[in-house]
Amino acid sequence: MTDLTSMTIAEAKAGLANKSFTSLELTDAHLAAIEAARSLNAFILETPDQARAMARAIDAKIIKGEGGPLAGIPLGIKDLFATKDVRTTACSKILGNFVPPYESTVTSQLWRDGAVMLGKLNNDEFAMGSSNETSCFGPVVNPWRREGSNTTLVPGGSSGGSASAVAALLCMGATATDTGGSIRQPAAFTATVGVKPTYGRCSRWGIVAFASSLDQAGPIARTVRDSAILMRSMAGHDPKDTTSVDRTVPDYEAAIGKSVKGMKIGIPKEYRLDGMPAEIEKLWTEGAAWLKAAGAELVEVSLPHTKYALPAYYIVAPAEASSNLARYDGVRYGLRVPGRSIGELYQNTRAEGFGDEVRRRVMIGTYVLSAGYYDAYYLRAQKVRTLIKKDFEDCFAKGVSAILTPATPSAAFGVGEKGGADPVEMYLNDIFTVTVNMAGLPGIAVPAGKDAQGLPLGLQLIGRPFDEETLFSLGEVVEQAAGRFTPQRWW
Amino acid sequence: MNVSVKPGKLIKGQTGDWEVVIGMEIHAQVTSNSKLFSGASTEFGGEPNSHVSLVDAAMPGMLPVINEECVRQAVTTGLGLNAQINLRSVFDRKNYFYPDSPQGYQISQYKSPIVGEGEVEVELDGGKTATIGIERLHLEQDAGKLLHDQSPTMSYVDLNRCGVALMEIVSKPDIRDAEQAKAYVTKLRSILRYLGTCDGDMEKGSLRADVNVSVRKPGGPLGTRCEIKNMNSITFIGQAIEYEARRQIEIIEDGGTIDQETRLFDPNKGETRSMRSKEEAHDYRYFPDPDLLPLEFTQGYVDELRSKLPELPDQKKARFIESLGLSPYDAGVLVAERESAVFYETVLAGLADKARDGKLAANWVINELFGRLNKEGRDITGSPVSAAQLAAIVDLIGEGTISGKIAKDLFEIVWTEGGDPRELVEARGMKQVTDLGAIEKVVDDIIAANPDKVAQAKAKPQLAGWFVGQVMKQSGGKANPQAVNDLLKTKLGI
Repeated sequence: MTDLTSMTIAEAKAGLANKSFTSLELTDAHLAAIEAARSLNAFILETPDQARAMARAIDAKIIKGEGGPLAGIPLGIKDLFATKDVRTTACSKILGNFVPPYESTVTSQLWRDGAVMLGKLNNDEFAMGSSNETSCFGPVVNPWRREGSNTTLVPGGSSGGSASAVAALLCMGATATDTGGSIRQPAAFTATVGVKPTYGRCSRWGIVAFASSLDQAGPIARTVRDSAILMRSMAGHDPKDTTSVDRTVPDYEAAIGKSVKGMKIGIPKEYRLDGMPAEIEKLWTEGAAWLKAAGAELVEVSLPHTKYALPAYYIVAPAEASSNLARYDGVRYGLRVPGRSIGELYQNTRAEGFGDEVRRRVMIGTYVLSAGYYDAYYLRAQKVRTLIKKDFEDCFAKGVSAILTPATPSAAFGVGEKGGADPVEMYLNDIFTVTVNMAGLPGIAVPAGKDAQGLPLGLQLIGRPFDEETLFSLGEVVEQAAGRFTPQRWW
Repeated sequence: MNVSVKPGKLIKGQTGDWEVVIGMEIHAQVTSNSKLFSGASTEFGGEPNSHVSLVDAAMPGMLPVINEECVRQAVTTGLGLNAQINLRSVFDRKNYFYPDSPQGYQISQYKSPIVGEGEVEVELDGGKTATIGIERLHLEQDAGKLLHDQSPTMSYVDLNRCGVALMEIVSKPDIRDAEQAKAYVTKLRSILRYLGTCDGDMEKGSLRADVNVSVRKPGGPLGTRCEIKNMNSITFIGQAIEYEARRQIEIIEDGGTIDQETRLFDPNKGETRSMRSKEEAHDYRYFPDPDLLPLEFTQGYVDELRSKLPELPDQKKARFIESLGLSPYDAGVLVAERESAVFYETVLAGLADKARDGKLAANWVINELFGRLNKEGRDITGSPVSAAQLAAIVDLIGEGTISGKIAKDLFEIVWTEGGDPRELVEARGMKQVTDLGAIEKVVDDIIAANPDKVAQAKAKPQLAGWFVGQVMKQSGGKANPQAVNDLLKTKLGI
């Protein structure tokens, strides 16, 4: 059993192809692992019947040699993705027991390619959070622990369930979404690989919206190669999402192992924060050395508007969220708390249905869009966004292929440890990742080492628009050099 | 302020004359099979909630996709209004909570509309015209409809209309009285119907107007305006303006001030009443819709739509006057409604000699056909006499086969019984007699039988008319009137 769950997707594909095992066996092994790991709270809905039915169907196809690129691979799905006839809640009380009559484009492409759905994964409510503590289903537990400590750690967020499940061998890969770092930060906290594709690379259709101009779906997997395999199925143009881009989806896997010799890698000086832990500094230097050893050229670059990115992000994202979440009003679906008037119904429903963080962001967003404040906040933030984008463009125009940064300012922290008194403390987690969303660029987080307490740390590579391939090539260099990290099973 | 604004009718108050300043926002439903951002049908009158897509119901994760047909219709309308077409425009979200708006916002265009400034020339009484400036035209979603009469404790919502494309056409405050306002809506509606971009059906709500009214002393600074919402009748628009202007004048003359507010017109009482004040106005928190890219197209796209524009009422009117010699009044009557113009042009197409009989055909369409239709309360699309039949009747007159008088009888037969006019004339012996010998015999007989009248006519030639009447009577109206006249003149020596 353990053998079946500890394989990579690439290994499992080979095993399925040469009939070493069936998808049903693979699926059952994962279902058992999920059951045994309920204490992690990664899966908020297990769909064993559906998983087995899908596995049987794909086994029949595999026998006939008809399986697709993901034939028989069991995956977990972040609860932000609408799954037809399967409860989808974005981990918010306000969606209650909402069961969509439609399937998101990204997940339907995974099923098209033969993947098997194990269930729905926990996340921060409406993807708003950096620790997976805002979920109405309760926090997700990181399978990693500090050496010699039983302290429960967060897996990061908002795709905490995805990262935790992949790290704990509950699924071979998972879908995730990234609005300000929600794929890369949890990947870094759990020693998994997380890819945030270029804005427009994956369709947003059927994904519960947080901030439309920043949201992007991507995979979390255990290796760079696995993430590349998943990306190929997730990406693609969708006429139902006008912000998705009509570009051929390359064979991302083919980029693995490609030489990075002669590539210019930018090291942005503005990412060297005051008071940055020495371990992070060391990791970064080490990562740069690995790339150099592989033949890349390292150059210091400047992204001068970096310091404005986080504040601007926390204006743009809540602004869009305040409008995107207006549809959860108790009228047509999900939770309804009655009132004596329509206004009361709205107030009662939204007060009870939304958690604190969501309410906070809806209020911030409403405020920054209000008459008299729009120019000072929203418009200015959009200008900052343009400048941040230009910083990157200038950098790439000088021949830089990718930019190397730490993925997070620290390793995973304890449940309840951060943000209790000051939400900004939590927001600071996104300091290295938000710029990428603001500029619409692709980014990858790759495990690169451990801190003194034995917790994983990740490095981030930022690429040119639609050049995910270079990120996979570089990411694999880091992976090869750093090795892979698996948590000790304690659950 | 536009210098070419046509002064309107002033209103007399206790302190002298007052000028009314009016601007209008017209919401015109775009003619298209599906909604602005979804594939749901726009058909009118379906079962409640039978034309609702997942996008219209704002299900989680749904995204809008622009309907290109609606873009074409908006650009075509802009071209028909001689307006600036913006090659780049932006969709914004107008945020507000109400059950008729499932998204919690309306997708509209705020800062960058698809169409900019244009103008419309409107016809006023007495052959006068006025030019009304267009400020902008933008595309936006219609809302759903609340049903309050289905349950004693609940309100229901029908989302069939929700997401249907509307064009909001905003005029400049160039309108100066109720007559101009009515003429403006009439003309705009006519242009939209010619273009085929809106059916203009005000009863079904395809065309609604918000009317902004303020008053001032002529030439003085603008007064505070009130907006009268959701008017769906041209007559009511006129009444509402008259009432609202007088209401405002009375308040000002009594030493009061006008509160900027939104008002509703009650057609039963003929008055406007307050709906909400400026303080209660929503803060819509407009911002660019991040689900939609800016709407961009090329000048080539616009040029192609321009090349496909149909002839518009003003152009058609000018052509009727110039090439067919119609009076401006007649031409105006014919082009006012697209269907009337189409009917008239079909008659023209059926004529044997358009140059000779085009004007005659216009008279017949306007006087006989429209007259009769009006009398029976029918409209042109339900006319029992077809354009082809009317063309045949006009042909018969023009070629001299029947007289105008006989033609009226023939028209009556065709109206009630139908049939081919030419065959009817043949079968029922209605042909005009042009055989001079036959007419001469009748003339001779009447002259011989009435020596006293002959004497009178010789003394007073106007009395020859009596002889014409007698001849026509005896010939059953079929004698050629010109031939009768000529013969009488010779025989009577006058």
